[in-house]
Amino acid sequence: MKNKECVAMLLAGGQGTRLKSLTKTIAKPAVYYGGKYRIIDFPLSNCTNSGINTVGVLTQYEPLILNDYIGIGSAWDLDRQFGGVSVLPPYTQSEGGSWYSGTADAIYRNINFLDQYNPEHVLILSGDHIYKMDYGRMLEYHKSSEADCTISVIEVPWDEANRFGIMNTNELGEIIDFDEKPAFPMSNLASMGVYIFRYDVLKKYLIEDAKKHTSSHDFGKDIIPELLQDEKHLMSYKFEGYWKDVGTVESLWRANMDLLEGKTELDLNDYSWQIYSNNPNHTAQYVAPNAEVQGALIGEGCRIYGTINRSVLFYGVHMKKGSLIQESVIMPNVRIGKNVKIFRSIIEEGSVIEDNAVIGNPMPTSDITLFSNGEYQGYKICNYDEVGEIS
Amino acid sequence: MNRIAGIINLDEEQDVLDELTYFRCGAAVPFAGRYRMIDFTISNMINSQIDSIAIFVRSKYRSLMDHLEQGKAWDLDRQQGGLFILPPDWNDPTDISKGDLKHFHNNMDFINRVQADYLLISGSQNICNINFQDVLKEHKASNADVTVIYKKVGELYPEHRFAHKLTVDEQNRVTDIHNAQQNQNVYMNMFLIKKSYLYSLVEECIARGNSNLFLDAIKAKSKDIHIHAYEYKGVHALINSVESYYRNSAKLLNETEHDGLFKEESPIFTKVKNETPTKYFPGSNVQKTLVASGCVIEGEVEDSILFRGVKVGKDAIIKNSIIMQKCTIESGAVLENVILDKECKISFDRMLIGAKEKPFVVAKRKKI
Repeated sequence: MKNKECVAMLLAGGQGTRLKSLTKTIAKPAVYYGGKYRIIDFPLSNCTNSGINTVGVLTQYEPLILNDYIGIGSAWDLDRQFGGVSVLPPYTQSEGGSWYSGTADAIYRNINFLDQYNPEHVLILSGDHIYKMDYGRMLEYHKSSEADCTISVIEVPWDEANRFGIMNTNELGEIIDFDEKPAFPMSNLASMGVYIFRYDVLKKYLIEDAKKHTSSHDFGKDIIPELLQDEKHLMSYKFEGYWKDVGTVESLWRANMDLLEGKTELDLNDYSWQIYSNNPNHTAQYVAPNAEVQGALIGEGCRIYGTINRSVLFYGVHMKKGSLIQESVIMPNVRIGKNVKIFRSIIEEGSVIEDNAVIGNPMPTSDITLFSNGEYQGYKICNYDEVGEIS
Repeated sequence: MNRIAGIINLDEEQDVLDELTYFRCGAAVPFAGRYRMIDFTISNMINSQIDSIAIFVRSKYRSLMDHLEQGKAWDLDRQQGGLFILPPDWNDPTDISKGDLKHFHNNMDFINRVQADYLLISGSQNICNINFQDVLKEHKASNADVTVIYKKVGELYPEHRFAHKLTVDEQNRVTDIHNAQQNQNVYMNMFLIKKSYLYSLVEECIARGNSNLFLDAIKAKSKDIHIHAYEYKGVHALINSVESYYRNSAKLLNETEHDGLFKEESPIFTKVKNETPTKYFPGSNVQKTLVASGCVIEGEVEDSILFRGVKVGKDAIIKNSIIMQKCTIESGAVLENVILDKECKISFDRMLIGAKEKPFVVAKRKKI
């Protein structure tokens, strides 16, 4: 029987409530990032670049945009005869149906999908992070160490280790213990939520876990501890490079600002590891006479008549004369009127901003303002006259 | 609705854009930051519900085929209809046809099979945004044998010298087709004809030993057959020389001109490459410029067009220039009135200055 060595399962059902109105009608993996991308472009492109061409995308919360966006996977070369991308929403069976109750449950209920490909290994990914990673090298490491499960880890600052799932390893890199958000971390190796399992092992543990009524059916809380208890062979795989969780408005804003530095850790222009995405049809961008652009990432079809300082503009943004955008992220197809001032804000897709409006707070440590079609998210709108001219 | 099929006839178009057409036909020349000339004709056709399109190519069509692929960018990768690139590979021993009639004769299969009553036959040098369904409406109302499309140009430029001109009466009927220099009715090299009528014209021309469908079957008979003239009133550019290419490109830096060509309701489509958004460094200075995606700009750019993936180094200055895909302009270089074809590299501190009326053209992949 024809089979695939490794199939990826991408968990994309997360709501991401801390992103507020950004995830009101879309799932977190569909949130915009970097002037043209959606977060899910990163794990999908990593799969393509790593030579993994069978990907199941598990959707649940607000799947419309995600389904539409993924389509048949052409943008990532995942439109294949055998394999390719499959969107896997929860479904009903003869005995009824329900939502996926946890990450492990989502995979368990798609064992049929996995069996079609009869893989030797299964790669579990989440659609919440911005990073470039060669899963192929991790798979080689997983195979050569003959592990039952390999978990990708990254060193995080010690004072932040209590926010992550922390792996305690021995000198061989074997995982001996796992602490979810420990108050007193014993290590600073955080799990990136990227796992490779031997499929036979994974399948066995998923089936057992599904029978337990006390289980929350979660990889971190249930499956990994169970494997450790049974003294299975778990390896850690150390990842070095840019890796950002963009779970909050603040972190999403900061991850966008990271792209504006002269030499960035995350190089989007690297043709050997491109991040692919859907490319809508737009004209070239137009920078008008007397416009000023200083440090910016600008998408296609934009029209710039004002001043832009350290900002990211997605495609199709029109900005009129006398307006200023400073340290902000402007999502697709926003219309900005005359003499508008925008500071430290994220402006959501399709917003229309009237002439003379002032949005956001220019003070360097202030909270990030989220603006969505006339509605401000929680933050006070600053009075521009009070703050005065910002250099 | 009567169905129209499209034929883009590149057979008679000369490669007149000097360095830009050394290695490609005119239809494949990059234009307006991210398009190729042929995108306008194809997009106008698909925006007019023409979804079977044949392209008659003669030479230098490698770059064109690479651009068009299977027509996916224009939704022309279809089970029904779609895109047909028809190169000059014909082996009929009884064939006595000449000139572009050879294309019509040898590609009769396409014309026979295509599910359409009308054919719209066009070249690729007239850039415009036109709806051919409107042309069909006028064609039917006028009961004409053929409808030709023209633009009444406000000012005559050198490029109009070689175009055919029309004399039109009050009923919009063509009374004469000629090359009179002072006539402002410029024929746009597009005509609409009923399929059955085209057959008879092609057969007759071949039997007479003629070599050009338009000249011998339509122009020569302009007094005998009923030719209706459809006036196109939108933004128009005829590009058949480097000068006309340069001047009409610069016109797009004017917003009204640009928006007349790129309309939201009838967009121009092109093959989209996966590129990053364009990066502007602090200290860069960009004014009145069209910029495609994937560029990295550290220097100064004014009154110019940058295609995809162009790199402009620190303190480099680009003025009144057109820089095509993946060119690198190193720091301190100065370019004025220049057209750089794809993948050129201008080294540190070099200076290239062309004349305002006659830009300096640098061929593909040159390093200076």
